[in-house]
Amino acid sequence: MSYNKPLPKLDPLTTPFWEHARRNILALQTCRACNDAHLPPSPVCPKCLSTDQDWKPASGRGVLEAYAEFHRAYWPGFNDDIPYSSAIVRLEEGPLMATNLVGDTTNARVGKAVEVIFDIVSPELALPKFRLASDD
Amino acid sequence: MRSVSIIGTGMMRFMKRDTVNMVDFAWPIVKAAIVEAGVDPKSIGAAYCGSAASGSMPGQRVLKRLGLTGIPISNVEGACSSSAIALRHASLAVATGECDVALAFGVDQLNLSGKTLVHGTEDWDFAYGLAMPGLYAMRAQRYMYEYGVTIEQLTKIAVKSKKYGALNPWAHFQQEVTAEQVMNARMVADPFTVLHCCPRSDGASAVVVCASDIAHRYSSKPVKIVSSVQRSGKMMTGFRDMTMPESTQRAARILYEQSGLGPEDIDVCEVHDAFTVNELLYSDALGFSKPGEAVKLLEDGDFDIGGRIPLNITGGLVSRGHPIGPTGIAQVVEMTHQLQGRAGKRQVEGAKLAMTHVTGGGVAGLDHGAVTIHILGV
Repeated sequence: MSYNKPLPKLDPLTTPFWEHARRNILALQTCRACNDAHLPPSPVCPKCLSTDQDWKPASGRGVLEAYAEFHRAYWPGFNDDIPYSSAIVRLEEGPLMATNLVGDTTNARVGKAVEVIFDIVSPELALPKFRLASDD
Repeated sequence: MRSVSIIGTGMMRFMKRDTVNMVDFAWPIVKAAIVEAGVDPKSIGAAYCGSAASGSMPGQRVLKRLGLTGIPISNVEGACSSSAIALRHASLAVATGECDVALAFGVDQLNLSGKTLVHGTEDWDFAYGLAMPGLYAMRAQRYMYEYGVTIEQLTKIAVKSKKYGALNPWAHFQQEVTAEQVMNARMVADPFTVLHCCPRSDGASAVVVCASDIAHRYSSKPVKIVSSVQRSGKMMTGFRDMTMPESTQRAARILYEQSGLGPEDIDVCEVHDAFTVNELLYSDALGFSKPGEAVKLLEDGDFDIGGRIPLNITGGLVSRGHPIGPTGIAQVVEMTHQLQGRAGKRQVEGAKLAMTHVTGGGVAGLDHGAVTIHILGV
């Protein structure tokens, strides 16, 4: 079955994020001037307005800032996934990331450690998702 | 800057109205506000229309039905804050002397235009199936985690909302419910069953404002716009506290500074309760409670009529409905009637100062796209 969920649109600003993701690397745009790591990416550093920006691999680890089970699909592609787990992950580097929690979520609680995995949805795109950390 | 007062209101029951053209249900509401104000339509110097999902120039499309054309008509889009921003701009047009009388209204027909608010495609949340109910469900989960709030307590907010909605002829949902009914309703996004969420509504709302020094010519009970603040959420690409809506907190601080008033002065308040947990989030952010303590006010009956700060005693968005564009002015119409002593079974006796609070939208990285707060007074 072909993938029928909404896909992020790639543009010059976000393409580096998705190119890293395709290589199974969670990368964050990081300012060379002030070292601020941010998500979503921005044409200038939202802290110091510098245009000198880099992409750096993140640890891929974080904690569940919030977590909720979705029981309704707002896009038809999610009909078969109900209930599915949405999450806000607080990355080790600081930024919050909206994502899905996958795998066994029985023990999912706010504050639990999570780690990134990559869901390959097309030859070009892998969506970073998270699962409960194995060592937690 | 001149003082500005509300002299006319127009409001309708919010509900599913997908069989008529939006223009046809909106123009009588605008007319009602003008008739109530008793102004010559020709004296209206500017009009502002707040709408989030009605395409190009809804203001012109509605006002041509009334022949109210030729004047500057500005269409304002600020998601759920749209018509509150429209009112703010109408007030500013009067305050600066651009005109003496101005019109602000809101209109949307969500049941025709789409299921829920859809934002820019540059945000990634869609790829993860994230819509508004889920984002607020996560805020609720975080708030419950931080402050030990229970699902039973959140349920009390839904029961309260429906209790007041049942007293409001304008409410989309006019039936009382029990805690059991709330808990057993269809689950949308844990912890929200459908009775924790605002219904998708269609409707229109309108007010006429004028310079306060001529308001008594038109209205025996004009309501003054004591203070008005509009802000946008700050872009925060790092960490942010999900339990404290920063844009509301920041706007409230400015509002209190500019008015010389404090949260203890407000007699009745409407906050943007698209979901039940918002009453707690915004009570904390507006200073009615310390962070995490709003649930005490709820439990003590302080959010009820007769309590310390009656909150959403119109049923709020959860019961009155949320057509997006008209929501901000609907709150203002309800609070104007409170201050005029014409709120019927929902009346808070002796209310002198009322607050309306409405946020707008979700843009990735921002707390909210927009926030608009008004203090009204008599």
